[in-house]
Amino acid sequence: MSQHSGELLVHTSPFSSARLTTPRLMLEVNLVLVPIIIASTWYFGYGALLVVAAATLGAVFIEWFFGPRGRNGARGGALHDGSAVLTGLLLGLTLPPGTPLWIAFVGGVVAIGLGKLAFGGLGGNMFNPALVGRAFLQAAFPTIMTTWNPQGGAAQWTKLRGSPFAAPLFSSDVDAITTATPLARMKFDGDIEGIWNLLVGNVPGSLGETSAILLILCGLWMGVRRLFDWRVPLAVLFSVALFSGLFHVISPANYPNPLVMLTSGGLLFGAVFMATDPATSPTAPRGAFIFGIGIGLLVVLIRLFGGLPEGVMYAILLMNAAVPLLERVTQPRVFGR
Amino acid sequence: MSLLGSRSFRHGVHPEEHKDQTAHLVVERMRFVPRYELLLSQHGGKPSRSIVKPGQRVVRGQMIAEADGFVSTSLHSPVTGTVGKLEMCRHPNGRLVPMIEIESDPYSPQTWSDPITTDPASLNNDEFVQFIQSKGIVGMGGAAFPAHVKYKVPEGKKLEKLILNGCECEPYLTCDHRVMVEWAKAVVRGAAILADALDVPEIHVGIEKNKPDAVEAMKAAAKDDPRFRIVALTVKYPQGAEKMLIKALLDVEVPAGKLPFEVGALVNNIGTMAAIADAFDLGRPLVERVVTVAGPGVERPANLLVPIGTPVREVFAACGGLGSETREVIMGGPMMGQPMIALEAPVLKGTSGLLAFSESQAGITAEYTCLKCGRCVESCPAFLNPSKLARLAKTKRYPEMEESYVMDCMECGSCSYACPSNIPIVQLIRVAKSSLRDAQRKEKK
Repeated sequence: MSQHSGELLVHTSPFSSARLTTPRLMLEVNLVLVPIIIASTWYFGYGALLVVAAATLGAVFIEWFFGPRGRNGARGGALHDGSAVLTGLLLGLTLPPGTPLWIAFVGGVVAIGLGKLAFGGLGGNMFNPALVGRAFLQAAFPTIMTTWNPQGGAAQWTKLRGSPFAAPLFSSDVDAITTATPLARMKFDGDIEGIWNLLVGNVPGSLGETSAILLILCGLWMGVRRLFDWRVPLAVLFSVALFSGLFHVISPANYPNPLVMLTSGGLLFGAVFMATDPATSPTAPRGAFIFGIGIGLLVVLIRLFGGLPEGVMYAILLMNAAVPLLERVTQPRVFGR
Repeated sequence: MSLLGSRSFRHGVHPEEHKDQTAHLVVERMRFVPRYELLLSQHGGKPSRSIVKPGQRVVRGQMIAEADGFVSTSLHSPVTGTVGKLEMCRHPNGRLVPMIEIESDPYSPQTWSDPITTDPASLNNDEFVQFIQSKGIVGMGGAAFPAHVKYKVPEGKKLEKLILNGCECEPYLTCDHRVMVEWAKAVVRGAAILADALDVPEIHVGIEKNKPDAVEAMKAAAKDDPRFRIVALTVKYPQGAEKMLIKALLDVEVPAGKLPFEVGALVNNIGTMAAIADAFDLGRPLVERVVTVAGPGVERPANLLVPIGTPVREVFAACGGLGSETREVIMGGPMMGQPMIALEAPVLKGTSGLLAFSESQAGITAEYTCLKCGRCVESCPAFLNPSKLARLAKTKRYPEMEESYVMDCMECGSCSYACPSNIPIVQLIRVAKSSLRDAQRKEKK
C-alpha cells in the first residue's frame, strides 16, 4: 500500500486514444511496399533497388534540409513520421527500370520540395507529392521516362538495365535493348498482352506497377489494416471496369477488355497507393466515391482516346485538384438537421 | 440500424473496454470517514442554497441546502454529525465553489430511521416534480442535471416513450452495470413510478451487449410489466449519448438543437430510477451513489457505494491507495471525464468513476499535423467534419465554425480518440464553443 503524493498531470479528455498514430501509419505503408520492391528487383535486376534508393534519398534530403525543424531547431524534425521516405519509395516505384540515378534523385527533391513543402508540409499539399515528382520528370526527361527495358527472371537480376550511373545532364548512350509496355503496344500496335503475364508482372513497365496479383494482395492487406479509405481504390477499379467495359461491348475489336485495362499499366499501383493519399483525397465518404470514379473515367478516356498510352498519373493529379470542391459539396447531413 | 441487425447509431468508435477489472465486483459499502465536503454545485443549473449553520447537528438524510430556483435541487447530509465550516473549496473542475463541511459523529451507528413511504399516485405532476426536487435527485449518468426539470412536461406536449439508459459506453466504468445486476427491481420500480406519474405508455431500456447479465436481470425484474422493452445494443461509443440512444432504440433523430421531448421521448439513466424508487418507497434522498474505482493505478479496484461528499483521497485509500506510478486521476470515464488537479475534491452526485492512470496510460501523445485522413469524419456521431473544425479553430475562425454547425457537437471525443495525429480536436471545439457562447451573451446585453 502506497499513498500517492506529488503533482498530478492534467490534460483534457479523452484519456484514451486509438493505437494507430501517424508515424505508425506511414511505417505500415512503407512495409507494405517491401514485397513490391523485392518483386521489382526480381524482374528488373538490382538496378531497381538503386533507382528506388536514389528517389528516396532525394526526398529525404530535401525534407531534412527544408522541412520542419525539430526541437532546438535541428534539421529533419519531421523525418521520423516516415512520410518523406514513403513519398520517395512511391516515386521510385513509378520510374522506368533504367532511370539514371541522378534523375531519380531530382525527382525525389521535386516531389517533397515542390509537391509537399511548398504547400506547407504534410497534410497541406493539394497534389500527390510522388506524382508531382513524376510529372516533373515526365516533362523534363520525356525520353528517359518512356524508355522501357525488358523484364527478366532470377538469371538476370545481376544485370543492370539502362544506364543508371549516367552523369547528370549528359545524354546517356542508349545501347541497351528496349521494349514497349503492354499499354503502348496496345495503343500503337494493337497487340493485347496475355492476362497471365499481366497478373504475375512478367511485362515491361515502371518498377513497382507490373505485378497485378501482388498489388491486389497489398491493397487487400491495407484494407484489412485500415491503412486507407477502401472506397477510393474500389471506386477507381469499379469505374475503370465499367467505362472500359462499356467501350469493349460497343466495339470489341477497337477496345480492350476491362480485365486487361484493370491489370495493365500503373492502374493498380495508382489506385492502391497514389489515389489513397489521405491529404489529397476527400474525407467525406461520398466524396471518396466520386473522386475514385472520376479517376477511373479519366484513365479510360486518356488510355483509349488520348495521345498517351497511360493516364493514371494525370487522372489522379486532375482529380486531386477537384478535391476541395468535392469536399464542399459532399459533406454528410449533420445529425438531426 | 446496422446491416447485422444489431441496433445502433451510425459512426462512433470502439475504444478498448477495460471493464473486466470491475464488472464482476459486487458493490461494497464504503466505510464512513470523519469528514465530508458537500459542494453546493453538485449539478448543472443553479447551485443549492445552504440552510444550516456551523455547529448545527444534522442526521443522515437531513436537508442541508435547498433548491435555489427551478433549475436547481436540494442537498442532504450523507451522515449523522455536525456541520463544520462553510467555506470555499475546489470543485474537481478547478473552480472555487461554496461547500458545507460535515463532521461525522463517530458514535452514531449511521443507520437510517424507519422508512417513510410516499404513494406516487397521490401526487399530481407539480407535486411529483417538487418531490423529486426535494430529494435532491439528479441524472446519475455523469452530467448530473437536476432530474425533476425533465419531468415537468411542457404544456401541449405528450411523452410517448420513457427511455432508460443502461449503455454505460465509457470504458472502465461498471457502476451502472452493477446497479442493473444487483438492484434491477429498484430500477424497474423507479421507472414504473415515473411512467405512471408522467402517463408514458412505453418504457425502452437500452443496454450494451457486453452486459448480458444486466440484460437478463432487467428482463427478469420487468417480466410482469408489459410496458418494458429491454434491448441489447451494439457495443460502440458513444451509444449512451442521449440522441444516439434514441436513434438506436426508436430509429428517429432528435432535431439539432432540440430536446428529446421533440420526438416524445424522455431519457434517464438507470441509476436515477433506483434513486426515485428509494425516494418514494423508503423516503431516502440522494446521499450516496455507486462509484467505479478502477484504472491501472488502483491497488484494489472496486465498485463502491460512496456517500456524496467523501474526499476522493479517502475513496482511493479505501481501495488500497494509488500505485506509485499514478500520474493522472480522472473523475468520470476516460472519454468525457474530468482530470483532477488534486485529490482533495470530493465525490459529487455525478461521479460515476474515479480512474487512476500512469503517465503512459493517460493517452498523452505527441501531436502531428493533420493528414486529412478522415478518420475523425468517420467517427463523428453528429456527422460533423471535425478535421475542418479543428483547422478553423487553430486560427480562431469561430464564426465559420458556427456555420459548420460546431454548436451541434456534443463533445463526445470520438474524433480526438480516432485521430492518428493526436490533435486535441474536441478540446479545440470546446474552446471555440465557449467563446461563441460568450459572444452571444454579450450580444444579448
